[in-house]
Amino acid sequence: MHYLHFRLLDRIGACFTMNADNAVEASNLTKFFGDLVAVDHISFQVRSGEIFGFLGPNGAGKTTTIRMLTGVLKPDAGTASVMGYDIQREPLKAKQVMGIVPEISNAYIDLSAWQNLMFMGELYGVPKKRRVERADVLLKKLGLYERKDDLVKGFSKGMKQRLIICMALLNGPQILFLDEPTVGLDVQSSRMIRDVIRELNQKGTTVFLTTHNMEEANYLCDRIAVINHGRIAAIDTPEKLRRSIKGLQSVEVSFSKPVKTLHLSKLPKVNKVKKMGDKLRLYTDEPSDVVCSLVDYAKSNDLRIVTLNTLAPSLEDVYIKLIEGS
Amino acid sequence: MKDPFMRNLIEQLKRALAISKKDALIYYTKPPVLIQGIMIPLLMFLSFCVGRNIPVASLVPGMVGMTLYFTSTSVVPVIAPWESRMKTLERLAASPISMSAIILGDVLASFLFGSIISIFSILIGLIIGAGVTDSLVLIVSVVLAALCFSSFGALLSSPPTDNVANVMMLSTLVKFALTFISGVFIPIEELPAWGRAVSLASPLTYLIDSLRYCFQRDNQCPVLLDITLLAAFTVAFLIAAIKLHERSLPKRL
Repeated sequence: MHYLHFRLLDRIGACFTMNADNAVEASNLTKFFGDLVAVDHISFQVRSGEIFGFLGPNGAGKTTTIRMLTGVLKPDAGTASVMGYDIQREPLKAKQVMGIVPEISNAYIDLSAWQNLMFMGELYGVPKKRRVERADVLLKKLGLYERKDDLVKGFSKGMKQRLIICMALLNGPQILFLDEPTVGLDVQSSRMIRDVIRELNQKGTTVFLTTHNMEEANYLCDRIAVINHGRIAAIDTPEKLRRSIKGLQSVEVSFSKPVKTLHLSKLPKVNKVKKMGDKLRLYTDEPSDVVCSLVDYAKSNDLRIVTLNTLAPSLEDVYIKLIEGS
Repeated sequence: MKDPFMRNLIEQLKRALAISKKDALIYYTKPPVLIQGIMIPLLMFLSFCVGRNIPVASLVPGMVGMTLYFTSTSVVPVIAPWESRMKTLERLAASPISMSAIILGDVLASFLFGSIISIFSILIGLIIGAGVTDSLVLIVSVVLAALCFSSFGALLSSPPTDNVANVMMLSTLVKFALTFISGVFIPIEELPAWGRAVSLASPLTYLIDSLRYCFQRDNQCPVLLDITLLAAFTVAFLIAAIKLHERSLPKRL
């Protein structure tokens, strides 16, 4: 009874908060596996046309979330809509506008690349002429055209992943879900996949991406959500996430003569000093004040400043801090 | 097509046909599968009948029934566990196709395979001297039975496992048990009372009975009842298969 009551409230809540600018709306999404809470009442929105990154350690709930959003798993509580379609009430309509690139390649290895693409086209109801044209274009774009009639069982991991991307794009999806698309791939395949993601996004496709690769998230994503133990620890742009973490900003300096770290650690607003080769890194919440202090220190000690840089924390630093904090 | 329900229904039927085509390409057109489909029931039947003084007209219904039963239930039980293991089931689950259409697609491919292979065993029957007394009933019985056994095969594949061997073991156990109580080797009237009672629950019983009518007019039940019961088993197996697969899908992923 209570369960039904909560489900009803979830649905009513979702109806009132639905926003036409959002490609994905998740509200209190929850999934249990036995006693384990894999995803714990998470709510977030993905705006139309953005690349949304979903970061988290192994077992954090990323794949379970993607599986709920794509209608593969039913949530135990909460609602999700994709491009305005409730994934539980209108699953076929929601799936029709999606493209999905799973973590593990799942093309049919006993079919050729071309047969896999034609099968996908038929599953999505793409007319024959259009699916043949799109398959041609996609296979050429992802460098598989010459191997289109070969069985997939003979493909390398990178080729299989590129084929999966072709299969995900055959129906011209409005939103593309990618689960760790470049993990374990060679540099060329990874770069090709990132270029395709960027190009698709520029043409208006919304992208939902889970990744472990901080550099990938940093350069591709408009916004990032960090998930840990099934809960969202933070959602923001990569730049704002970097600035939001106190104590990880730093000033790196080197002087014309050696300086004792102990002296610099006594400067105002310096939290910690680390020696990095011939440079010293001063961690602070107020980098501009520390820069002024360093200039004064150099003048008063008859030192010349050789290099002086303010450093924002890397996304990796922020990620570690958020994961530890949550 | 303006009616959204009909449009959706036709779309899903087209997608079911895509599943059938995929199954045919991957599972059914392999030479070992084709050879096994013809040889296993034929050899089993011959091993039972050779050396016994049984008239040809009495042999053929059992041979055709066995072929149809074994071929229609040979491949379809392994598709779901195999696709779970290869992770292709997740792709189907994420595609805009209903579970009903996926199962229907698997059943249609198996139905075609079973029907085509059983044509060969009917031809063998005709070559060795059997005569068909009612062609229309023969066609209706074979078509219905192929659909019925294919749906039964889909039902056998519903346990949530990705281990093909487990499903094969279950499938073989059930298939062989039904063979011995359905009048293939021993006529139903010669079975003990408990055997006769159990045979009523086997769809193979009604196929063999209707085939006996078609080849020698030696049936125990009215042929219309045989056909009606085959149709009822088909619907029941299909609905049960769809429901159980819907339930087992999350456990397979």
